[in-house]
Amino acid sequence: MERLAILADAAKYDASCASSGTTKRNSRDGKGLGSTTEGMGICHAYAPDGRCISLLKLLLTNHCVFDCHYCINRKSSNVRRARFTPQEVVDLTLSFYRRNYIEGLFLSSGIIKSSSHTMEQLIEVARILREEHDFRGYIHLKTIPEADPELVAQAGLWADRVSINVELPTDAGLARLAPDKNSATIEGAMGNLSSAIDDARDSQKRFTKAPRFAPAGQSTQMIVGADGASDAQIVGKASTLYDRFALRRVYYSAFSPIPEASAVLPLKRPPLMREHRLYQSDWLMRFYGFAPHEVQAAADRDGMLPLDIDPKLAWALKFRESFPVDVNRAPREALLRVPGLGTKAIDALLAARRYRTIRLEDVARLTVSVKKLRPFIVTADWRPTLLTDRADLRARLAPKAEQMELFG
Amino acid sequence: MIAADLAEPDDFEAWRTNARRLIASGTPPEMVAWSDGGGTADLFADTVTPPAAPAPPREVRASRVFMDLARTAVLHSAPERLDLLYRLLWRLQDRPRLLDDAADPDVGALRRMAMQVRRDIHKMHAFVRFRSVTDEDGVERYVAWFEPDHHIERATADFFVNRFASQRWSILTPRLSLHWDGMALLEGPPGSREDAPGEDAVEDLWVSYYRSIFNPARLKVGMMVKEMPRRYWKNLPEAREIADLIAGAHKREASMIATGASLFDDAAPASLEAIAGGIAQCRRCTIGCNGTRAVMGEGASDARLMIVGEQPGDTEELENRPFVGPAGQILDSAMGEAGIDRSAAYVTNAVKHFKFAPRGKIRLHQNPTAGEIDMCRWWLDGERALVKPKVILALGASSARGLMGRTPSIGRERGQALTQGDGTVIWLTAHPSYLLRLDGEAREREHTRFAQDLAGLAQILR
Repeated sequence: MERLAILADAAKYDASCASSGTTKRNSRDGKGLGSTTEGMGICHAYAPDGRCISLLKLLLTNHCVFDCHYCINRKSSNVRRARFTPQEVVDLTLSFYRRNYIEGLFLSSGIIKSSSHTMEQLIEVARILREEHDFRGYIHLKTIPEADPELVAQAGLWADRVSINVELPTDAGLARLAPDKNSATIEGAMGNLSSAIDDARDSQKRFTKAPRFAPAGQSTQMIVGADGASDAQIVGKASTLYDRFALRRVYYSAFSPIPEASAVLPLKRPPLMREHRLYQSDWLMRFYGFAPHEVQAAADRDGMLPLDIDPKLAWALKFRESFPVDVNRAPREALLRVPGLGTKAIDALLAARRYRTIRLEDVARLTVSVKKLRPFIVTADWRPTLLTDRADLRARLAPKAEQMELFG
Repeated sequence: MIAADLAEPDDFEAWRTNARRLIASGTPPEMVAWSDGGGTADLFADTVTPPAAPAPPREVRASRVFMDLARTAVLHSAPERLDLLYRLLWRLQDRPRLLDDAADPDVGALRRMAMQVRRDIHKMHAFVRFRSVTDEDGVERYVAWFEPDHHIERATADFFVNRFASQRWSILTPRLSLHWDGMALLEGPPGSREDAPGEDAVEDLWVSYYRSIFNPARLKVGMMVKEMPRRYWKNLPEAREIADLIAGAHKREASMIATGASLFDDAAPASLEAIAGGIAQCRRCTIGCNGTRAVMGEGASDARLMIVGEQPGDTEELENRPFVGPAGQILDSAMGEAGIDRSAAYVTNAVKHFKFAPRGKIRLHQNPTAGEIDMCRWWLDGERALVKPKVILALGASSARGLMGRTPSIGRERGQALTQGDGTVIWLTAHPSYLLRLDGEAREREHTRFAQDLAGLAQILR
C-alpha cells in the first residue's frame, strides 16, 4: 500500500486522465474483461482538486536517471523511491477494474537503466493485461521518446492511447530545465507515432484483420509557467503540434510548486486560471473556428491572455467591428464568435430560428447569462445601439474585482 | 377524466400504447390523468382504460427525435413527466417539427428531463462500487448497493453486462435488484444497504490511491462537488476521505505561511546596502513574487525623522523611488507648508514591493495583508536599527502596523506622540493617498487635519 501511495503520488503531475475517443469494445461474450464507451469516457470519482479520476494513474517506478528540474522524480530530488513489478500493476488494475473504480490504466515511469529497458517494462504490463487477461478496458501508455522506435511502435499495438510529453513550450526552456531531453528526439518520436497511427488506420480500411494501433490517438502535455513562455507562444506551439502530429489533445499543466523544488525554477506559481484560459483558447481553435493568430491577437501586448475574462470575450472586445451579430440571420461561423454562446446553444438557436423569430428571452432560455451576451447580438426586440462601442464595456463584463482584505 | 396507468414507472412501451390510443380517440391532454403504478391516480378520474379508437381512428404521428427523448425522459422520477410527454405528443400532431424549436417551454422541459436522466445513468455507470463476496459454490461475486435519483436501474443494466459479463455481480437498489450469473440477467426484489457486503480489502487500496492522486496544491472543491454531488457520497468509499483531504490541504497552506514567519533565520542586515540587496531578492511573501521591483527607502542614513508609507505605487515602482507619485506630491506640499524638510528625512515604506491587481494596462493598487506587512517588518526593523530616527511619521494604518506590530485606529491615535519602548516617537496620520480619493468638503476637511498633524510633527521636531 505504501508503494501504491508513493507511485500514485508521483503520477499526479500528469494532467491527462481521459478515457475517451477509443473504439467501442465489450466483453458480452463472457470472455475477457471490460468494455470501453465510444466518445466520452467515464469519470469514476473526483478528487478535491476538481480533477476526474478515470484511470489508475501510476508510475512503474519513480527512480529516474534524468534530472529535469520541474519534475519531482528527478535524479537529484530527495523523494522516497519505490517500484512495482509489471505483474503487480496488472493485478492492481484488474482488482480495481472489477470493482468499477476505474476505466483502465494510465502507466508511466521514471527512466531506469535505459530508456529502452523502461519502455520494455511498460509494454510488458500492457501485454499481460491484453494477452493473458484479455483485458478490454482502456490503456494509456506514456512512451519514452528516447527509447528504440521499434518499442514505441509496440506500445501502440497494446494501448488505446499513447502520449509523449513535449514538457515545455520552448526549445530554450527544454534545454535549460530538462537537460537530458531534446525537442528533436521528442518531436521525432511523435512524428513516428503519428505516421504509425495513420498507417494502421489506412490498412484497417483495406484489411479487416489489420492490427489496431492506438485507436484513441496520441496526446501530449506542456508545463505552463516553469519557463518564460508567453500564452501566445504556447498557443502557437499547441497549434503546430495539432497540425503536425494530428494530436487528439494537448494538455496544459500549471507548474505546481513541488516538494524538493529545484533552485532553477521560479518560486512564483502561475495562477491556475492561466491553465484554464489556455484550455479555453485550445477549445476556441478546436471547436470555434478560431485560427491560432486570432487567439494570439486576443492576448495582451505581453503575449499573455487576460486572466479576468475569457479569451473569446477578450477577442470580441478587441475586434468590436465584428459585432453585433444578428442572431436571426448570421451564419454559424459568426455566431461562434459571440462571447457567451456555446456550440450547443448555437445549434439550438439555428434550429429554433427556422420556426420563429428569436427574441432576447429565447436567447436567455438557451444560455447562461444573456446579460453578457447583449452587447454582442441583435435579436428581434434588441439592438445594443451604443453598448458595443462603450469604452467601459470590458469593466462591465469582467467579473467584479475582489478587494483584498486589509488585515487578513 | 380518463385515467392512464403504467404498471412500472419505467415502462415506456405501456406509455406508448396508452398514448397512441388516446391520441387516436382525440382525447386532449387536459382530459387525461397519468399515473405510474404508485397509487396516485386522480380520484376524480374514471377508472377505465383509455377508450377504443373511434372509426376511422386518427393517425398518430411522432418524430424520431421525440421518441428518443421520450424513451429517456419517461425514466424521470417527476410524476408530471407523463403529462408533459402526452401534451407534447398531442401538440406534435399539428406541428410535426415542434421538437426543433428549442425555445418552446415544453420542449425545453422535455430536453431538461431527458438530460437529467442521462446524467443519472452516467453517474450510475461511474459511481457503482462493487465489493467482493464468495458465493456458496466458491465463486467470487461482486455486489453493489446504489441509490439512483430516477428509474434508471434497468436502463443501466446493459452497461454492466457489457463490461462485466465474465464475472458474477449484483446491483441492489431501493426499487429492485439486478443479478448477473454469467449467462442471464435476473431481477429480484428491492434490496437494502445491509444486504450488500460491509467491506472489501481492496477498498483500502483504492482509498489510499484516491488520497495520493489528490494534489493539495490545487484545491477546487466546487468543481468536485459539481461533478460528484454530495448525495452520492454515502455510497462511495473514497468520499469518506474528502473532509480530511480538504482540511489537510488547508493545514498545509497554513503551515507554509507559518514557516514563512521563520524564513528570516540569518542575522539582521548590517547596512542599508544589504537591505537594498536583500529586498530585491526577497520572495518570502506573494508580493515579493509578483515580478515587480522592490523600492528601497532613501534619504540621510542618520536622519532624525523617518517617514514610512504603506508600499510603493505604480509610479514609485517605475521610478524605483519612494513617494514620487501623486500621494508623494501631496506629502511634499503639506510638509513644505509645515516647514519640514523632506530632504533631511529618511523616506521608506512598510512593504517594499508593489501589490496590485492588473486591470488591462492599469496596475490597480491593492492593500497588503497583515501577514504581508508583518513579513516585511524584518526589513523595516532593519532600516530603523540602522538609521536610528528620533521621530517616525507613520502614514496610514499599514505603515503603523509595520512599525508597531498592531493596527491602530487612525482617527483615535493620530496627531499625538506615541512613544515606543526604545524611546522613538511615532507620529501617526492618514496616508496622503486617502486624501486623493476624497472629493469636495470631505477633501477640504481631511486636508486641514493632515496639515494640522504635520504642524504638530513640526513642533516636536523643533
